[in-house]
Amino acid sequence: MSKRLTVLGLAASILASSLMMAAPEAVAQESVYVPLFTYRTGPFAGSGIPIADGMHDYLQMLNERDGGIGGVKIALDECETGYDTKKGLECYDAVKPKNPVMVNPWSTGISLSLIPKASVDKIPVLSMAYGLSASARGDIFPWVFNPPATYWDGLAMIIRYLGTESGGLDKLKGKKIGYLYFDGGFGKEPIPLFEQMAKDMGFELKLYPVPPGEMQNQSSQWLSVRRDRPDFMVMYGWGAMNPTAVKEAVKINYPMDKFVSIWWPGENDVNGTEGAKGFKMLNWHGIGTDYPALKDIQKLVVDKGLSKSPKEKVGELLYNRGVYNAVLIAEGIAQAQKITGKKVVDGSDVRRGLENITLDEARFKAIGLPAFAGNLQLTCKDHNGHRSAFIQQWDGAKWVKITDFIEPMPEKVKPALDEAAREYGEKNAGWPKRSEACDKS
Amino acid sequence: MDILFKVLIDPFLQMGAMPDLFVQTIWDGFVTGVLYALIALGFVLIFKASGVFNFAQGIMVVFAGLTLVGLYEMGLPAPLAVLVTLGVMFVLAVAIERVVLRPLVNQPDIILFMATFGITYFLIGLGELIFGGNPKQMITDQLFLPRGAIEVKMLGGFVQFQKIDIAAAVIAVVMIVALAVFFQKTRIGRALRAVADSHKAALSVGISLNQIWVIVWFTAGIVALVTGIMWGARSDVSFGLQVIALKALPVLILGGFTSVPGAIVGGLIIGIGEKLGEFYWGPLVGGGIESWLAYCIALGFLLFRPQGLFGDKIIERI
Repeated sequence: MSKRLTVLGLAASILASSLMMAAPEAVAQESVYVPLFTYRTGPFAGSGIPIADGMHDYLQMLNERDGGIGGVKIALDECETGYDTKKGLECYDAVKPKNPVMVNPWSTGISLSLIPKASVDKIPVLSMAYGLSASARGDIFPWVFNPPATYWDGLAMIIRYLGTESGGLDKLKGKKIGYLYFDGGFGKEPIPLFEQMAKDMGFELKLYPVPPGEMQNQSSQWLSVRRDRPDFMVMYGWGAMNPTAVKEAVKINYPMDKFVSIWWPGENDVNGTEGAKGFKMLNWHGIGTDYPALKDIQKLVVDKGLSKSPKEKVGELLYNRGVYNAVLIAEGIAQAQKITGKKVVDGSDVRRGLENITLDEARFKAIGLPAFAGNLQLTCKDHNGHRSAFIQQWDGAKWVKITDFIEPMPEKVKPALDEAAREYGEKNAGWPKRSEACDKS
Repeated sequence: MDILFKVLIDPFLQMGAMPDLFVQTIWDGFVTGVLYALIALGFVLIFKASGVFNFAQGIMVVFAGLTLVGLYEMGLPAPLAVLVTLGVMFVLAVAIERVVLRPLVNQPDIILFMATFGITYFLIGLGELIFGGNPKQMITDQLFLPRGAIEVKMLGGFVQFQKIDIAAAVIAVVMIVALAVFFQKTRIGRALRAVADSHKAALSVGISLNQIWVIVWFTAGIVALVTGIMWGARSDVSFGLQVIALKALPVLILGGFTSVPGAIVGGLIIGIGEKLGEFYWGPLVGGGIESWLAYCIALGFLLFRPQGLFGDKIIERI
């Protein structure tokens, strides 16, 4: 009897473990393994789902249309993190033995935990426009990439925009700027720069942290906003925090055109909220399906039932953000193939590939995304690009681009990044000096 | 000295200087407290009848809300969607009684408590499987719930009363009164109280434990649906709501696990206490204290009344 139970138990555990980590689409010989850390469940699913779909569908489209990249299929795999650092690390341990060419953590918390592992395991970490801002320094973090702009660049662009709105950066002196942020790694990331800017430019900074458990219960924070009456509100929110913040801002009659967010809200966060009209955010890429690549996704992936996305969601803001991320993945692999001459590349090759990404007008056109985003050039030293973004505004039904591309403030951001990178090295005793050679681009 | 001034004097000066904001904070805390009380009520109902701390109450709130919106999106008219959702919650209650509670009868409480963890994860999976992980907008208009706010000029400023918050408070009060009548005046209510006092004694007089459990889990399901509608109307119906449901824990610590009035008073104390704390004292420590302040308030009360404000005093002979 007990033997039978043991056998049954063993069978159950084998079944359970195989279900826990859904098998990738056969990690075949002639393929490159690309795991996607996603969250389709939990409080952050509202943001995580469209991004996961965008990433998956673009890469799947390459498999369907081109047979992969450079004649090699992409073995796609998803691991559900729930935006939980602990689960993210479990995902990392699960995918590591399968030789991934890179990981996309989609969480600043997970990215921070993976930074020390990346150089040891020789797996590049691509944290697109999130993660540790200082990891833009390729000479110090050769295995980490965070293009096209850091959170600090994002803040600098928002401040520059608020300056323009006020009649000049010098006019920010004496003004009050409120910062509503997710009280975790991501939201805390720009605070040192924000505080420095407040000191340098003479504005008053008011902080309104939103604890992860209170994302849908923000009345206290917005009551404080009503008391403090900031001239502008800046938000770094994610998941369920964004729609709640917009609703609460409407509730206290905060002028929506003074409320500017970093690049993470999506249509779902504002659509249907009466009074959300006027809300602003940063963005750096196109929205909609009016691009050949997006049309291919619809035809070859969505229509064939290979996508988890509803057809009408294809082309939405965060879906296209996922597409942009997938473009970086694909370009990194393609560049690696070009540099090494190998078809099946590994993590070390793709690290070199990412360092040689050049996405200019011609390249965007060639991959079916003409004028989708600004040019991006990564190098051995610069793993970010520090590209500019624009402000878009919700008009009650759609996002409308209202500014040209706004340059970040390198004179403010660069010294702060250098200092943060130096501090990181000091705090993590024995942080290795870069030993990886740079390719001549 | 400066810190003492900031902690002990300044918040009260602020209350006096901006009395309208003080009233607004109290109102916001009251509404939040009412909603906490509703969640806590679900816990109390089940604990009273079966001695089980139902960890799944939070996800029941999400599941009920998602079912309602999901059914509406599938094309059912809102009133019918409400009825069908109630039906789903009834089926869920029967299933829990049959599959989880009945086989575990006479097992230690901790086993039943762990079983409610299982129910939680099952409902998370089932909810995501059927309705997806995307947050959904509550069908406020279709349920004839009011929108907008009433702004009352007072105390040199204004106080804003959201109509949905007023509706939440009214519905919660009606619900609490209905539950009180149900418990005190009906045959089933009396049977339920008998079960709460002693399972064996209740069985000996012919009360069916299984039936009572179904009724009580179904009642908790109704409470969950109402809570889901109200919280959902304030933000969205998303899986994030189950985290808020954990705020019922300090409410229960404070009010006692077995007391309906305790859940209400506890909810109000926690709701108002955390809002006042966050608003007036939060900035002193960088804000964001709400998530743990509720537990501090509850623990403070426990020092003086270990059984909670209204909980039964447990005397055990040794």
